[in-house]
Amino acid sequence: MTALRDVVRRASFSRWSLVAAARVHVLRRAHRLPREAAALLACAAMFALLLVAPTLLAADNALSRPIRFGTTAVILEDQVAILRSWKGYLEERLGRPVRFVHRGSYQEITELLSKDQLDFAWVCGYPYVRNRSFMRLLAIPIYEGRPLYQSYLIVPKSDTTTRSFRDLKGKIFAYSDPNSNSGFLVPSYELVRLGENPSIFFQKSFFTWAHSKVVNAVAAGLANGGAVDGYVWETLQQTHPDLTAQTRIVRKSALYGFPPLVARASMGERDFRAMQEVLLGMSQDAQGRRLLARLNLDGFAPDDPHVFDGIAEILAYVQARQPGLVGSGVAANASRAPRLEAN
Amino acid sequence: MGAPDSGVTLSRDKTSGDALETSRAVPLTPGRYIALPQLRLPFRNLSYRYKIPLSVSFVILATALVISTALALQAYHDVRRELVAGAESLGKTLARTLAPIMLRDEMWSAYEMIVTPFEGEPAQDSRGKVTVVLNSENQIYVSSHPSVFPTLQPLTAAGAEYTGLAARLASASPKAPTVLEGVVPGHLVVAVPILSDDLTLLGRVLVLYSESLLLQRIEATLLQVLVSTLAVLAVLLPIGWFAGNRIVEPLVRLAAVFGKAGREPSPRIAQNLYTGGDEIGQLGRQFQGMLHELEQKQALERQMIAASRLASIGRLTAGIAHEINNPLGGMLNAINTCKRHGDTDPVTARSISLVERGLVQIKETIAALLVEAKIESHALTRDDLEDVHTLVLPDAARKRLVVRWSNEIAGSVPLPSTQLRQVLINLLLNAVQAASENGYVACSVRTEAEHLVIDVSNDGAPLSAKQLEHLFEPFSSEEGTGLGLWVVYQITHQLGGEIRVTNGPPLTRFDVRVPLETAR
Repeated sequence: MTALRDVVRRASFSRWSLVAAARVHVLRRAHRLPREAAALLACAAMFALLLVAPTLLAADNALSRPIRFGTTAVILEDQVAILRSWKGYLEERLGRPVRFVHRGSYQEITELLSKDQLDFAWVCGYPYVRNRSFMRLLAIPIYEGRPLYQSYLIVPKSDTTTRSFRDLKGKIFAYSDPNSNSGFLVPSYELVRLGENPSIFFQKSFFTWAHSKVVNAVAAGLANGGAVDGYVWETLQQTHPDLTAQTRIVRKSALYGFPPLVARASMGERDFRAMQEVLLGMSQDAQGRRLLARLNLDGFAPDDPHVFDGIAEILAYVQARQPGLVGSGVAANASRAPRLEAN
Repeated sequence: MGAPDSGVTLSRDKTSGDALETSRAVPLTPGRYIALPQLRLPFRNLSYRYKIPLSVSFVILATALVISTALALQAYHDVRRELVAGAESLGKTLARTLAPIMLRDEMWSAYEMIVTPFEGEPAQDSRGKVTVVLNSENQIYVSSHPSVFPTLQPLTAAGAEYTGLAARLASASPKAPTVLEGVVPGHLVVAVPILSDDLTLLGRVLVLYSESLLLQRIEATLLQVLVSTLAVLAVLLPIGWFAGNRIVEPLVRLAAVFGKAGREPSPRIAQNLYTGGDEIGQLGRQFQGMLHELEQKQALERQMIAASRLASIGRLTAGIAHEINNPLGGMLNAINTCKRHGDTDPVTARSISLVERGLVQIKETIAALLVEAKIESHALTRDDLEDVHTLVLPDAARKRLVVRWSNEIAGSVPLPSTQLRQVLINLLLNAVQAASENGYVACSVRTEAEHLVIDVSNDGAPLSAKQLEHLFEPFSSEEGTGLGLWVVYQITHQLGGEIRVTNGPPLTRFDVRVPLETAR
């Protein structure tokens, strides 16, 4: 209550200073004050306002600090429009401002979460499995009726001979993100299972930092093959059929837990529940369903950590045989220069 | 110009201007000739009416062609330079941006970097522009067209046409951009080295622009040049044609006039001549002079012919008269003798009288024909002339003519009066007869520069060409005795004078000038 009273007091002071500044002008006209004197008065009033304003804003923030929601390239490229609608939807339901924080890689989002710089994030199952210590599972998107998806191995359409990973030995390969399950862990696992060392299997591999760009790279022929999120490929086929038509799916992996939405571990229970409720309820109202349709999702499922057991298993498998490839924790992930460009 | 084809002109050597004409033989040694090919100028027989406008049009067309070609070439060079500059600047920008990316080995970023400049361009443009990034081993690192330039392959993997390029790049400057034209067929290549901060060569950016791109860009300019050229021609060609026609028009007229010379009266021809100050005008004036001289010559010839004919007639009549007069004299003497002896019966007497009258008539006719100027008579006086005036007045009054009489002779003039009275009376009677009803006859007699001048004019119809031709010949006229003007001519001629006839309208005038005896 004292805080509230303080805010009210400061707010009235700031209003006073504004009014004072406005009145200086009237005063000058009424009393024919010299222009310089009037200017001095007005400056003084504005200065008073400036002194007070930051503290005032801070107080307002404390009242309705925006929820920081981290996203990455998991979502598709026309995400800005979708995120704007989703932001409006969430703000309306939560009664609080929501700010989407977009980063170029999972690594950055993971780090922000670990430092409490984000409240929620849409990450991949692989970073989630590795960072359960500071990530709390919030909701799992439901795709084609299940909270599961696959990793696709794709090659250019012109390549009609490749039947498996083995055929890509010594070629150029495109991954999406070193912390992506479908775009890195799954193909690495498949190679390890074939008895290969993924770090030397290809002549050259590179990261595109977005699943859709893996499709681009393979379609253009820059890479001879690529690992892509099946959900992204299927969604692209709906929105950009000409692009996916230039690729051919060689192999679809087993089903893994869909990239989940997580909260920082330190998140208050009330805020966590509020957000979870809104997300789970999205499939219940028309506006939410429209948003889900644009995201090519059916809805959100409540937390079920067993969904990600598959990822944990293959991670353990790869870790046991190629520890250098995946490291043993967050710190082991390849640190890279922050990237400015978004997906 | 234009020696007739049938004629053979001999030219002395090959360089003679006549060689262009119809000359066909060149004497090498006396008596020996070799044949020359017959040379003909194209359109030699075409009228200048077309030749000059065609030449003007040709010059305009040639000028337009030269200017358009120059403009097109200029545009081509500009576009080419622009293209090279564009490729170089693109290469430099990419090289600078790619340096850190290549250091970090971020293939996808490199690819995105090099395809960005071509995004949103039409497909046919993107085929003409290719960017290839080579790594430090001159392998393809990334390219805007990975399907053609496969990653981590030597440049030659893209095709044999890049073999030369690969060789040239091996020796290209490791610091400065290199522009390579004609190394890759149909392409312009700019190679820019990618340098790290410590100037280590990390690779090269190759910007390949197709020549077709150049043509594509120049197409609009060419179209513009073509349209403006056509517009200029549409304006200039009619003007040129018109101007050419104006220039040649006097020449064409001159040629037409030349053709008519001698077939039509000269004054009528001369009317159509152009007489400006230029060469054609000079030619026209000279031709006019020639026509005038020709006319004078013709008139002189006519006069001479007439004079000689009249002289012949004179000689003939004199001869005939002489031959007739001799027997006639005898016959008249015989009749006189018969009448004087008087022993004739009435029938004979009547016959003799009939023959005498006929013979006298013949004698008179002969006398009239045989004008004898040598008859002695007194000197001409003013009264002699006034008498003639009086004699003619009744005839003039019958036609209600106005007779303007001017006699300036005072005293006597040293000329035979009988003959001159005869001249005057014949001229006046002729004038009265020729004058129109209620018309006008003028006569002036005066002495002028040792000449007696008798000037008689009337307002009657002018003399016809036929009349003029036989004017002074005896019996040429159907009116009167047909001897009036013959007498005038004979007397004037014998007295050494001359007659000038001015044929109207408005007046027909006979101007007789006889030198005074003192002057002879």
